Amino acid sequence: MDKSATRPVPFRGGGFNPRPMRVVAPVVFVLLVAVLELGTRTGFIPGLTMPRPSDVAKTLGAMISSGLMWQHLLPSLQRLLVGGLIGTLAGVTLGTLIGLFTLVRAGLLPMVSALFPIPKIALLPLFVIWFGIDEASKYALIAFGVFTPTVVATFGAVDNVDRSLIRMGQSFNMSWWAIVRKIVLPGAFPGILSGLRVSLAIGIILLVAAEMLGAQYGIGAYILEAGSLYDLDRLFAGVTVLSVLGLILSSVIGVIEKRFLDWRG
Amino acid sequence: MDIKLDNISHSYGSVDVLRDIDLTIRQGQIICLVGPSGCGKSTLLRFIGGLERPTKGEVLQVGTPPEASLNPLTYVFQHFALLPWRTVEGNVRLVLEGHKLPPGETDAIIRDVLARTRLSDFAAALPKQLSGGMKQRVAIARALAVRPAVMLLDEPLSALDSQTRELLMDDLVDLWTRQPFTAVYVTHNLNEAVRLGHRIVVLSRRPGRIHKEVQIDMPLSERRLGDPVLDAKQAELWELMRDEAMAADQELVDG
Repeated sequence: MDKSATRPVPFRGGGFNPRPMRVVAPVVFVLLVAVLELGTRTGFIPGLTMPRPSDVAKTLGAMISSGLMWQHLLPSLQRLLVGGLIGTLAGVTLGTLIGLFTLVRAGLLPMVSALFPIPKIALLPLFVIWFGIDEASKYALIAFGVFTPTVVATFGAVDNVDRSLIRMGQSFNMSWWAIVRKIVLPGAFPGILSGLRVSLAIGIILLVAAEMLGAQYGIGAYILEAGSLYDLDRLFAGVTVLSVLGLILSSVIGVIEKRFLDWRG
Repeated sequence: MDIKLDNISHSYGSVDVLRDIDLTIRQGQIICLVGPSGCGKSTLLRFIGGLERPTKGEVLQVGTPPEASLNPLTYVFQHFALLPWRTVEGNVRLVLEGHKLPPGETDAIIRDVLARTRLSDFAAALPKQLSGGMKQRVAIARALAVRPAVMLLDEPLSALDSQTRELLMDDLVDLWTRQPFTAVYVTHNLNEAVRLGHRIVVLSRRPGRIHKEVQIDMPLSERRLGDPVLDAKQAELWELMRDEAMAADQELVDG
């Protein structure tokens, strides 16, 4: 055989397998902030278009030390918690019913699909008439916004529960309720949780929208006020708080996933 | 308790799956149902377990199941059907939870069945940590926990490799020898059938009918891999099925 024709088999595998890397995200973040800081200091970025990151940090520091932060953050957190909880509970319940009963699915799934694309913010005036100008209408808006994606995620997750596990439950004479509680819901839990990631982000978006109408305190009200005064430092300080809130919520879900879903292979 | 299949026929829409099946399952015996793929043997097992209803005919329980039996008709599934979020112990506990047993008895049953299936050391393991053979032993332990009057095994070894299958067959024989149970064992593997079956019922291809019944009198504990008598029986069964299997193989799935 010709010796010169001998070469290694070309490697064609690998890739398609992103792994977690801890340091990259902070580095990207720091770089971005540094570029902004440098740009605004040298005048490369005009002060009118972007605030100086160090000024935003100073504003945040002042907010915390003056107690203004808690004055705005606590009502916001309460709205997000109450609204989010109502929306999630109702969504998981209806999603499970849609996943399990033919009649509920036939009757309500089209309705949910019709409600899903409505921008919930558009309904805010309606909610104000229904529930009043104070807290209840804000809870309703957030709950409604969280509700529809949760329904869709839940019924999809219930659909995906291995039917052979349900047959197993029946073959051991487990009651309907026991099958739902011990097989269907735990089986749907991963899907529900990843739906929750999306719906809680939507909850934060709607929180701000709700607070822009008739709220004295709240991160949304703070941002709106700063915006109308064109105070970029405070505007960005408020936005930063929202981002951090989103990060915290998503990492909480991450912790729940690690803690309760380690059975996944 | 015996089980009697009385003139069972079944069709899905216009497709006849089973026709005129009469069969009696006697206490303490393992009956193997074999047949070409698509002959309706798993469907028949679902009728016996009450998970599906035949279009015609009835499945009858003759006599009452023993008092202690928590779930007289109990399945073992091909793909194990273990809850992945429960441990080995939790999976067995699952089927006992609904029965309101006196305190301590649940734990005693779990300990007993895990010991009988040699799983005591793995009580806290999750299914994803177990091999296929171990998973099926957990499923068998779970089935034993409810003290079934009749075990319904739906191709329980088909998802396993041949070495594991050999080991599990020994386990099943051991379990039966220590405490004879009634079982209906569906398989497409003729070797399993001749090793485990007291009676082997051969079904014809769709619509499934009872083609022949073969009896093997050799005690289960004396049956070994490569035994000439068993090999002859297996060859006999294959002769019975060969043409059917070939025809079944060439059928369109929805034809």
